[in-house]
Amino acid sequence: MRMLKFLLWKELIQIYRDPAIIRILFIMPMIQLLILPLAADYEIKNINLGIVDQDHTEYSRQLVNKIVSSGYFRLKDYSATFPQGLKAIELDKTDLILEIPPHFERDIVKENQAPLFVAVDAINGVKAGMGGAYIQGIIQNYNQDIRTQWIQEQHFNPQPTVEVTTADWYNPNMNYRVFMVPGILVMLVTMIGSSFASNNIVREKEMGTIEQINVSPIKKTQFILGKLIPFWMLALTVLTMGLLIARFVYGIIPLGHYTTIYIFATIYLLAILGLGLLLSTYAQTQQQSMLVSFFVTMIFNLLSGLYTPIESMPAWAQMITRFNPVSYFIEVMRMVMLKGSSLADIKYQILALIGFAVFFNTWAILNYRKRSG
Amino acid sequence: MEKEKVITAKDLTKRFGDFTAVDKITFDVTKGEIFGFIGANGAGKTTAMRMLCGLSLPTSGEATVAGFDVYKQNEQIKKNIGYMSQRFSLYEDLTIRENIRFYAGIYGLADELIKEKTALLLKQLHMEGQENTLVRAMPLGWRQKLAFSIAIVHDPAIVFLDEPTGGVDPITRREFWGLIYEASEKGITIFVTTHYMDEAEYCNRVSIMVDGRIDALDSPANLMTQYASASMDGVFLQLARKAVRTGD
Repeated sequence: MRMLKFLLWKELIQIYRDPAIIRILFIMPMIQLLILPLAADYEIKNINLGIVDQDHTEYSRQLVNKIVSSGYFRLKDYSATFPQGLKAIELDKTDLILEIPPHFERDIVKENQAPLFVAVDAINGVKAGMGGAYIQGIIQNYNQDIRTQWIQEQHFNPQPTVEVTTADWYNPNMNYRVFMVPGILVMLVTMIGSSFASNNIVREKEMGTIEQINVSPIKKTQFILGKLIPFWMLALTVLTMGLLIARFVYGIIPLGHYTTIYIFATIYLLAILGLGLLLSTYAQTQQQSMLVSFFVTMIFNLLSGLYTPIESMPAWAQMITRFNPVSYFIEVMRMVMLKGSSLADIKYQILALIGFAVFFNTWAILNYRKRSG
Repeated sequence: MEKEKVITAKDLTKRFGDFTAVDKITFDVTKGEIFGFIGANGAGKTTAMRMLCGLSLPTSGEATVAGFDVYKQNEQIKKNIGYMSQRFSLYEDLTIRENIRFYAGIYGLADELIKEKTALLLKQLHMEGQENTLVRAMPLGWRQKLAFSIAIVHDPAIVFLDEPTGGVDPITRREFWGLIYEASEKGITIFVTTHYMDEAEYCNRVSIMVDGRIDALDSPANLMTQYASASMDGVFLQLARKAVRTGD
């Protein structure tokens, strides 16, 4: 116990004296939390639209107007033929072509239906998918308008009123921030837990001070606790600041209890710090540990459900997310903050995280050797 | 009456794969002795020392340090030894006082004793008034003297010094050896590796390692007579020339 006291005391002085740590720990997260949620928005705007209108009628113009006035599209190209329109895509002028075939108006009026052709540049998959979906929504809406007009005033309506309706099922407006902020917080806490802790131990290896520790009567577990506790405290501090920012800058007040978040974060950090310790027992230099933890956290973040919903991943990737502690924390954060879940609702996630914590820490302790073979 | 042995080694061996770093070394060190371990780079000095400190597991052979077995009781050994490596082993971002307090603390010294020791140590090193200097800002020679004093702050039975004066100027080296003699007079056994032959002459007994083996072990005076040389330099060169291994 007394030894641990000295280890913690030393560690806190070192953290306090390292200007880089203070900067990275406090300023960077703040900037991330203030900028990322505003920039990392799923809503796609400014899709460059090319129109190939071969009909040139009232109806075709109405449709184009409706699309442009939705606010999602910018009319960038107006070609006479489809090959010309395609050129514009190839030149990167447009992202999407809407081809209105000849006799569009006539077919609608006479045949009661008319084909439209949408070609999407799918290099940016998200933009293509969303753009295609938006335009379909608008066309459907347009279709509805025409039908309504015909039912009500069958013959004389040369200038039908154009009603602009956005396809709001793809646009939950401000909700993106509520969705992103808890996720970004998780990312920050994870980074502090895994890379900071592992780097710190590896630095002792590089400096040679770990030799001095290994030759002293300090026990393995004492040494590891001496490293775990300070970073655990730091990560919880960052979490607290993040929750304050979420509340006072973004107005995100969790529907659930803060205590639920803290209890889960405490267990989560034990798992993530264990992972960091494990990495440090393998790495010999700070570069190695940085690269490995960068790689691991990147995979964890991409497969966490922060950017892309887990439900839409292929089955094998969904399996992997089950072995990813980050995905549990993001899930829990969203559950507690948005749905108001209580401890009882997240007991499955808590159990999973306890499992991770035991697994990583046991492996780390087994692999940390005071004496080389 | 035979003197108490604090280190015994019998056929102590360390292999890394095919490479035999330390090849069946046998020796004893008695209490209060200054025991020098010399040899060219790569001769196996550091590996031998690391086995005795419990930092490296021997491949075969036997050894005891302060009466404890190096295989099974290495945690007991650690309570009874001090260690200072050729790499700098203090925390550079802590002050002199903080380093003393930390190392004294992890060896279980009581707060009162830590305070006493700190004052004594600062006085001995003529560093009074500078206790709040960061170690980073100290010249190398000072750091090494401080590191040695800290390595014996808990009054261990034995202190292991691995090339403690590497890169240190001659005056500071002499002062450093002054500290070693003081510690020896207090009954602390000194086990020191070095490259400097003048330092070898300060030792009570010297063992010369060549290619992982101990080729000579005696007092400096006896070795000089035996090898008909006026200095330890001559003795060392005669032995080291036989080496097959080249240093790193």
